[in-house]
Amino acid sequence: MAVTPKPVDLTTDLGFLKLRNPVLTASGTFGYGLEFEPYLDLDKLGGIVVKGLYDKAREGNPPPRLVETPSGLINAIGLQGVGVESFAAKILPKLRQLKTAVIVNVCGADDDEYAAVVEFLDKQEGIAAYELNISCPNVKKEGACPALSPRTTFDLVKRIKAASRRPLITKLSPNVTSIVEIAQAAEEAGTDAVALINTVLAMAIDLETRRPKLGNVYGGLSGPAIKPIALRMVHQVASRLKVPVIGMGGIMTGADALEFLVAGAAAVEVGTASFVDPDAAVRIVDEMERWCAAHGVAAVRDVVGTLKTA
Amino acid sequence: MTIDRNARLREVQSWGDHFRFVIDAPAIGRDARPGQFVMVKVSEGSAPLLRRPLGIHDADATGIELFFRVAGRGTEILSRKRAGERLDIIGPLGRGFTLAPAAKGRTAYLAGGGRGIAPLYFLARALTAAGAKPVIFYGGRGLADIPLRDRLEKAGFEVQCSTDDGSFGFAGFVTALVEKELARVKPAVVYACGPDPMMKALAAITAKHGLPAEFSLESIMGCGIGACWGCVHRIRNEGGDGWVKICEEGPVFPGERILWP
Repeated sequence: MAVTPKPVDLTTDLGFLKLRNPVLTASGTFGYGLEFEPYLDLDKLGGIVVKGLYDKAREGNPPPRLVETPSGLINAIGLQGVGVESFAAKILPKLRQLKTAVIVNVCGADDDEYAAVVEFLDKQEGIAAYELNISCPNVKKEGACPALSPRTTFDLVKRIKAASRRPLITKLSPNVTSIVEIAQAAEEAGTDAVALINTVLAMAIDLETRRPKLGNVYGGLSGPAIKPIALRMVHQVASRLKVPVIGMGGIMTGADALEFLVAGAAAVEVGTASFVDPDAAVRIVDEMERWCAAHGVAAVRDVVGTLKTA
Repeated sequence: MTIDRNARLREVQSWGDHFRFVIDAPAIGRDARPGQFVMVKVSEGSAPLLRRPLGIHDADATGIELFFRVAGRGTEILSRKRAGERLDIIGPLGRGFTLAPAAKGRTAYLAGGGRGIAPLYFLARALTAAGAKPVIFYGGRGLADIPLRDRLEKAGFEVQCSTDDGSFGFAGFVTALVEKELARVKPAVVYACGPDPMMKALAAITAKHGLPAEFSLESIMGCGIGACWGCVHRIRNEGGDGWVKICEEGPVFPGERILWP
């Protein structure tokens, strides 16, 4: 008789939020969630982080907005999307029916807009946490964003944390000299968790025309090409912060996700993989479970922060 | 929409760098409508990373056909697949052509530029089944760019070819050929798929003649399912002009709504 393997405990406790498993979908790569309903069971996800929301609908950048590079993708979408009111009226009621945690990625052209978005969303039900997007490289000149300085990070996180009734995850940029300094600034300002990394500021050139391949000139690189950078940054930050770290950057498989846990991430976000395979996030959960079962790991949380450096 | 990871390449036909794939993919074939597309995985690894969007060349209850030209690394890898191999395909995706303007007994012009002919075969079959009379205009730079001419004729469609270099059929752009024929027979509707400059020129011609037109747009796509917002084109909307996702609201748009750069 075949021995049924013991079920692996996938539950993940971020302290402020309990997830059914450690796999979330990364903002900007999973639409508003509902686009993926035909391809996977949304309730099997640890959580959905919806596309970044501003106060009003946004126009986005002129095309071309995408360019494929070796094992990667540079995007310069410019956060085109619906405004927060339209999201609350048309999309949130459907997301509220799900069992999975819904996290809203919050954007702003300035600190006041971030505050306005959170003030509006605080009046809505069915949101588990906010992910403060201080790190999109595609909306201001040369990738400027609050996450590039500890000071602007601290001020914005402090203001939003004080104004909001919900847990706050601060999403960091890799385009900095010391990501630890920025992460520490976010922690001192009261963030409940940090998420990293956002895309790496990048460009591609068409040699024949000598023109940039993106309408916005620069864009954000994602995909397997950035995974080693992301792992290093997650490890650096997780080694020094007390708040939980959510890791992301080029996760395509369950093994990739588990490496982020080993580096110290309590949970992960799956991004570009969802473009290639709309059901990738659920496959990654299954692969993590199978790896744990095969390695006698009873609970996935036991993998977190187990990197051996000696 | 289905993810078929076990689609089977039944038959491959090729003309130089043009390829026609006949694929067993019943769930996708049953739902497919003319003008829709599929996202095809070309590599198991991350080189290249993204799927490739390809227009559906034909479809029935057993599966779909694709017709493509090797245009880069992705289509080059795809072109090396052999009959019997498995493919990973998502589809059918997007909104296709509207058949209604080409009512029973009326003529429809279908203009294809190069590989843009791909979805027009499926459309011509559907129009014929609906009792309309499709006339296909098939243009390319030279003879090598219009390899489907025999196939279209064998299927019984009226086909007029053009080549920019004059090596076959009408000498000049396919748009000039369409304009010449418009003086003779005015169709109920014009459908087109091809390079942007061709469709832009055709949009001006159909507007001048007051003809309804539908154009299928092409773009690099991140996901093909409306999630990445990477494949936008400038489209006229009631609420104002904006960047609209080709994969979700298109790839086919009414001619008068498309704003050309």
